[in-house]
Order: sequence, then structure tokens, then C-alpha cells
Amino acid sequence: MRIEEHPILDFSIPRREIEFFLNGRPCRAREGETLAAALWALGVRRFGLSRKKGEPRGPFCFIGRCHDCEVNVDGRPRVKACMTEVRPGMRVEIPGEEGDDDTLSP
Amino acid sequence: MMTPYPLEERELVVVGAGPAGMCAARMAADCGMDVLLLEEDARCGGQLNKQIHKFFGSQEHGAGKRGFEIARDLEGACRSAGVEIRNKNPVIGGFGDGRLLVRGEEGLYLLEPHALIVAAGAQEKPLAFPGWTLPGVMGAGAAQTLMNLNGVLPGRRVVMVGSGNVGLIVSYQLIQAGAVVAVVEIGEKPGGYQVHVNRLLALGVPFLYRHEVLGAEGANSVEAVFLRDLESGKVRRIKADCVCLAVGMSPLVELPIMLGCGMAYRDCLGGWLPRHDREMRTTIPGIWVAGDGSGVEEASVAMEEGRLAAASAARDAGRIKGKRAEGLIGEIQARLCELRGGPYNWERRQAKEDLGSVTRTA
Repeated sequence: MRIEEHPILDFSIPRREIEFFLNGRPCRAREGETLAAALWALGVRRFGLSRKKGEPRGPFCFIGRCHDCEVNVDGRPRVKACMTEVRPGMRVEIPGEEGDDDTLSP
Repeated sequence: MMTPYPLEERELVVVGAGPAGMCAARMAADCGMDVLLLEEDARCGGQLNKQIHKFFGSQEHGAGKRGFEIARDLEGACRSAGVEIRNKNPVIGGFGDGRLLVRGEEGLYLLEPHALIVAAGAQEKPLAFPGWTLPGVMGAGAAQTLMNLNGVLPGRRVVMVGSGNVGLIVSYQLIQAGAVVAVVEIGEKPGGYQVHVNRLLALGVPFLYRHEVLGAEGANSVEAVFLRDLESGKVRRIKADCVCLAVGMSPLVELPIMLGCGMAYRDCLGGWLPRHDREMRTTIPGIWVAGDGSGVEEASVAMEEGRLAAASAARDAGRIKGKRAEGLIGEIQARLCELRGGPYNWERRQAKEDLGSVTRTA
């Protein structure tokens, strides 16, 4: 859900698109945006599962405080998606999705 | 002491490049101090960057300008005053001897500041109800970050919980971004300014007063919200894909706690905060606090608290002296007094007075 029209902000300025991988699938993101924003724009809501009960979790604060947006990035577990800039070729894993490698499953 | 990390000694370190930290850094540099400003994020401005509305207040606090414009101007002022700014450099530790551990882009390093101003800001308070951990339930400020900084809509149908100024302003911005919004308030009337309420009423936004959130439900993310009318007891289910919580903020106090600063609890200032005197000094010599991290108020107060802490630090360092120092500190304190005037700020001003942070007035 990208905002296309806005009375104050201009999001139409062409920003270079980059490609990254979500559970092995190629996905598009805008250069310079956070991984959390890129995932949310793609419609991803559940970023991870809680450690004890395996309940769905998604971003709560978007400023690096709450840890609820943590995903696996390039093999590194529990990376805060909201504080990480999405990069070309980045490999992001979210458990329970297609192509899941179970890295983050409780 | 042996240390595996490089150690850097600095005259003044300011932690956090929001309104308080940037005003502190600028003021200290103007007083002749060597200033290092540390910021976790890739850009300076803190929460100003997602404020797209024009600010009220006086000219010197950026009235008439949008938040992100104020941030840009403050950063420019810091740079031209000679402040060294390090973005993407979060402070991850503070020690009893006043040293800081920082995660730089090339690894960890230690800082030994002669003076330290902590302007860490605040975080949004959660609200516990069944389903509050579901994806799609987020802070109102979080929604602001997503839509105003990234151009991504948090949800199409949003329930805003809380009608303080944050809830009202973010509701308006959600509508600007293309969402449909309903405001839920547990009290009988809005918590924020009527001018914000009126703008929303003009757009047909429903205000549900005396309603509480019973829960949110959904398989993987929010699909519906249950609300109860406290008068009739009637429960209604609203289809929504996002719940924004605007139920207050609390100071970020991890660093002052790690450093050993004395703490106090004041509900109206957001909860736990470092005790500080009327020059923003904490209980530890050489450590000051400023902005929302010293008690949640608002941006112009944060700016003045930053300036006050910096002037106090510059005076203690001998960078400004005598009448000039006392004059400068007095001026800022007077402006703070003025900002905290008015019935809306009465309780918070009282709390700051009780802490010894504000000159007691007759």
C-alpha cells in the first residue's frame, strides 16, 4: 500500500527500485527505505513469531525500540527491520511463509 | 584499565539528535565547546522528521514551519556552529565512570565525555488488551513514521485509540494519506486541542467517547476491533486492519539508569525520569538531561531544555562566565516558564517544580 497522492508530501519523486529476496522470492523495494517499510508496502504484516507461544508479531514502534519487527537478514537472526536499510540482493527470511527455512521458528 | 575498544575523550557529548539534542549541541558550540552529537538513526531530527503539520507557538520555536523543516534547520545550525554529528552511532552502554559504549559503523568504541547531555527522547506506551500484540496494532507515532517518512499506508481502516493531540494529529494525517479513521476515547471529551477535533469532525470522522477497546482479532494481523460503550455496555465490532495507540509516551531512560542517575516517577510526565534540577543537571555531576527523556512535554520545551542544559554545561566548563552565563541561563528558564504557562501544562509544570526542576513561582 504505497501512498501515491498526498496533499503535502511528494512521494512521486522517482526513487530507484531495488530487488531483494523474501523467503527466496524476488521482491521490489525503494532504494533508501527501511526493510520494515518495504515489507509493509508488499503487504507483509506478520514479521515473526513470538519465542514462547509462536504468536504472530509485527512492527509496533518503527523506531527501533520494541523488537517486534525482527526478521532474519542474510543469515543473521533477529535483525530489526525498522532500523535496517533494505539493500539490493538482501535475503530476508520470515518463518511460516513459503520457502521457510525454520530459522526463526520457536 | 585494559580495554579492547578504542577510547576517545571529548569535552561534550550529546546523545540524541532530536529537537532537544540538536538545540543543546548548537548552544554548547556557540558557547565555544567542542561538541560531539550522537544519533542512532541515519538522519537527524528525531520525531520532528515525521511531523508534517505546521507547529504552533512562537517564532523562535519554529512556529509556522512543519516539523521536518524545523529538523532540517536545526541540523544546519549545528553543522555551521561546528558540531560534529555522527549518525548511525547508537549508544549501547553507559558505565559508572561516565564512559559510553557506542556502536560505530566500523565497530564498538568508548567515549569519555567531560560533560554529557542525554537527550534520548521518548517511546510510545502500549495498551494491553486481548490481541494487542497482533501485527497491525501499533503506536500512533509508528503509523506516522510509516506513512510520512516512507510513504507507506499503515492501514486502510484505522481505529485510533486516544484523542490527545498525537491521536488527533495522526488521525488527520492518516486521512491525508488515504485511510478511513474512527477515534476512540475512554473519557467524555477529547484530550487534545479543539482545533484538531474540529478539523476531523469537518471530515466526518466518528468520535466514540466513553468507549474502551475490548480486543482485536485476526488470524495473522488485525481484522476487527471490539469496542464497548461504557454507558450502555453495548459491544460493537468494527472491521479494521490497523489499530493505532495514542495513549501517551514515556521517557527513554535506559542510559541514565545505566549511568546510575537518580530516578523519580511522575505519571503526568510519562512515568520514570531522571531527577534533575532547574538547570537540567542529573544527580551525577557532569551529566545533564533534556527533552522528552527528562519528562514528556512537547517539542518547543525540549528545544529550550536542550539549550538550558548546554548553557549550564558550558558555564560549569568555564566556557561562559559571570553575568553572561547567568543572563543566558535566566533567559532560557524564563522562556521555559512561559511555555509551561496555561492550564493545559499546569500539572506537568507542577511536577517539574516538585522535582526542583523549575523555579518555584509565587
